[in-house]
Amino acid sequence: MQTKTIVGYADQIVIAPGETIAFKVSCEPGVADYRARIVRVVCGDDQPAGPGLKLEPFPAPAEDTHKARHQPIRTGSWISVRAGPALARLESVTVQAMIWPTTVAKGWQGLLGWWSEPRECGFGLFIDDKGQLLFAIGDGKGKPALLVSGKKLVDRAWYLVAGSYDAATGQTTLIQEPVECFPHVDDAATVCATVAKNYVGRPDAPFSFATILTEQGGGAVTAGAMFNGKIDAARVANRALDRAEIERLRDDPAAPSLRAAVVAAWDFARDMAGDRIVDTSTNRLHGTVVNTPTRAMRGWAWTGASGDWRQRPDHYGAIHFHDDDLDDAGWATDFTFTAPQGLRSGFYAALVETEGAEDSIPFFVRPPRGQATAKLLFLVPTASYLAYANFREALDSENAEVMTNALSIIGADMMYLNDHPEVGLSMYDLHTDRSGVAYSSRLRPILNMRLKGPLWQYAADTHVTEWLEAKGIAYDVVTDEDLHAEGVDLLQRYTCVMTGTHPEYYSTPMLDAVEAYIHRGGRFIYTGANGFYWRVAFHPDRPGIMEMRRAEDGSRSWIAEPGEYHMSFTGELGGLWQRSGRAPQKLVGTGFIAQGFDMSSYYVRKPGSFDPRAAWIFEGVGKDERIGDFGLIGGAAAGLELDYVDRKHGTPPHTLLLASSENHTDSFMIVNEEIGHNYPTTLGRDHPNARADMVFFEMAGGGAVFSTSSIAWAGSLAHKGHANNVSRITENVVRRFLDPKPFAGA
Amino acid sequence: MYPIDTSRTDLAREFKKNPFGPHSAELQRILNRMRWEPLKGKFVLVCTKPHKEWILAELPGERGKPITMHHDQVFTSLADAEWVVFKRRWKRITGQELAVD
Ligand SMILES: [Fe+2]
Repeated sequence: MQTKTIVGYADQIVIAPGETIAFKVSCEPGVADYRARIVRVVCGDDQPAGPGLKLEPFPAPAEDTHKARHQPIRTGSWISVRAGPALARLESVTVQAMIWPTTVAKGWQGLLGWWSEPRECGFGLFIDDKGQLLFAIGDGKGKPALLVSGKKLVDRAWYLVAGSYDAATGQTTLIQEPVECFPHVDDAATVCATVAKNYVGRPDAPFSFATILTEQGGGAVTAGAMFNGKIDAARVANRALDRAEIERLRDDPAAPSLRAAVVAAWDFARDMAGDRIVDTSTNRLHGTVVNTPTRAMRGWAWTGASGDWRQRPDHYGAIHFHDDDLDDAGWATDFTFTAPQGLRSGFYAALVETEGAEDSIPFFVRPPRGQATAKLLFLVPTASYLAYANFREALDSENAEVMTNALSIIGADMMYLNDHPEVGLSMYDLHTDRSGVAYSSRLRPILNMRLKGPLWQYAADTHVTEWLEAKGIAYDVVTDEDLHAEGVDLLQRYTCVMTGTHPEYYSTPMLDAVEAYIHRGGRFIYTGANGFYWRVAFHPDRPGIMEMRRAEDGSRSWIAEPGEYHMSFTGELGGLWQRSGRAPQKLVGTGFIAQGFDMSSYYVRKPGSFDPRAAWIFEGVGKDERIGDFGLIGGAAAGLELDYVDRKHGTPPHTLLLASSENHTDSFMIVNEEIGHNYPTTLGRDHPNARADMVFFEMAGGGAVFSTSSIAWAGSLAHKGHANNVSRITENVVRRFLDPKPFAGA
Repeated sequence: MYPIDTSRTDLAREFKKNPFGPHSAELQRILNRMRWEPLKGKFVLVCTKPHKEWILAELPGERGKPITMHHDQVFTSLADAEWVVFKRRWKRITGQELAVD
């Protein structure tokens, strides 16, 4: 078998002509060099039954050979605080925080402190290899003084943890105090000892949270022993505080009695959106988060009085760190590509190949900024690609095989994911500590956004581009990132906009833009299903990083904790758009109703398809013809995920139901957000709503919407050399939508 | 858990004939049980030649551990692979060989 020995990613996902994209590549040790070239992607699906992989060679630059190198990835989130004079002056010290560990049994984990290895210098609080709190002080010369609680911490319980040291007397105290006590659980300890005097050293490393730093010389550090869990109310004082003072410092760091003692009092609820953490003390020991730990998390003081951190920031002072967080692999650039002026907008990729292995790094070329070069726009759902990036489904989910009703197949890319978990997780996965993944980034190799990849998202969307090229329909592409940044202006350059097969993740600016476009005369083709479903937010400064919360409803691979539904980047309520009063039915007529992953099915025409308002859509299609009883995805056009009309969710009252799919297998089940309490008849063969509804409606401003309501739809376009009724219907709609002539009666 | 009645070799034959379904309700219940195996040791196929060749393998059930390959079980047909796994799981669950070829 081929072992994947080369992977890469790019600094951008979309560029305009004249702009440059930088590629970052890593090879396994032993690989000497690799070849790289840029191609235009027409079809990224290589299965034998389909149209085949279609890549257009690209005249310049020519294929190039590059020297291979290995570039590592370090996962795990932590905080770095540049140590200023206030820390350097410390002789006596108290360091304290509230913590909520989630993998006590993991082994050594750093909590907080100004500490560095291998000199064992400074002071800090840790969890040791027995799951106990440990306080260390070291001068970097002798052996460090260690105090251990001797009591194992309990996962998912809040503790006050503190270490204090008096430099004049050597008097040292450690406190491990649970907020809640349980009978038969022995996890409280106060340990005192007298150790050497004047023993606090000054590391070259920064003050840090959630890690143990190792100095590498020249000011460089590596982060290890990553902590899983939450830290809240972290403080440092310049003398050994007693138990009452420690509590006062936690609750009121501005207390007059502590004014001379406070060195740092961090409030993680400040500056929630960005990468900065704020020290409220006059020393301003502000820090920077690394690898996006989860913010806007319930703190130790949370009561449930509000679920919105903007209302009660004092309840949301915790950051949840994970040892598998990753927001930027940080690799060096290996080669770049500048899109020449006049380069056609479309799907592109950098192909990198070495002996027996290859990788493809997709990117998109948009038209020149401020311009359109076609009347049709294909809106590439890159936010959804990001949500699914490195989804470990077949590796991590007991349900994967049950859902597909067939053995899971591990290809070279999935094998790489198994062997290299350091490439990070998708928003469908769980962290090491079984908490949900709330952020995703494209600044890392994404093994399922690949040529020849799974027919889900990226590769499946190339069935649309393959069809557009075969039909000779000119199109531009832009990505969700463009839409998020530029809004409706971007869409309004086009007569018609087409979505990908599964545009599931939408930020508020993205949804606002599509809604405004449809209301201002735009023609919109929803070429998929389970779209416009989750609300997401983008990092305020770094566009490749996205956030979401699997809040109180929806089909969820994990379930957010109560009170953790509001996103850190914007404060908005995360979760389903439906739960914010903007169900997909309102926008495109249909919304998520059922999913199943074994066999797809066909549609039959409904009376609406004979209405003169819509009969043109079915020109060339027989009255009783089954629509899409063929295709590359489950053998038919209605499959994977399906949407249906529902006036209750906002389907416009004049919507024409054109066709519905039928005869789905029992693998297709009604989604749980449409079920109050469960019952035995929610399966495809029993439930009448397990179907895709194809719809059309006109808008007052001259716009119109056509929705296929099935993710599998595009997989049927290429059947019989594109001469089939799925292709015919799609073409009828695209050509009519590109004709600015108003719709009758609208 | 749904019991597997070892005398119902007719259901095994149904699977062999049509491994990708749709299946009868009784067979589907058996498959649900077989396919809902714990992750550690769960059977999967590792694709060795795209769309052409697969090897039987077992998941580690733990991040960072390797997938175990059964290099003597190579398939050029997914249906053959499904049948071999069906027989192995029948034995794993019932303790009896499935007497259907
Ligand atoms: Fe989805």
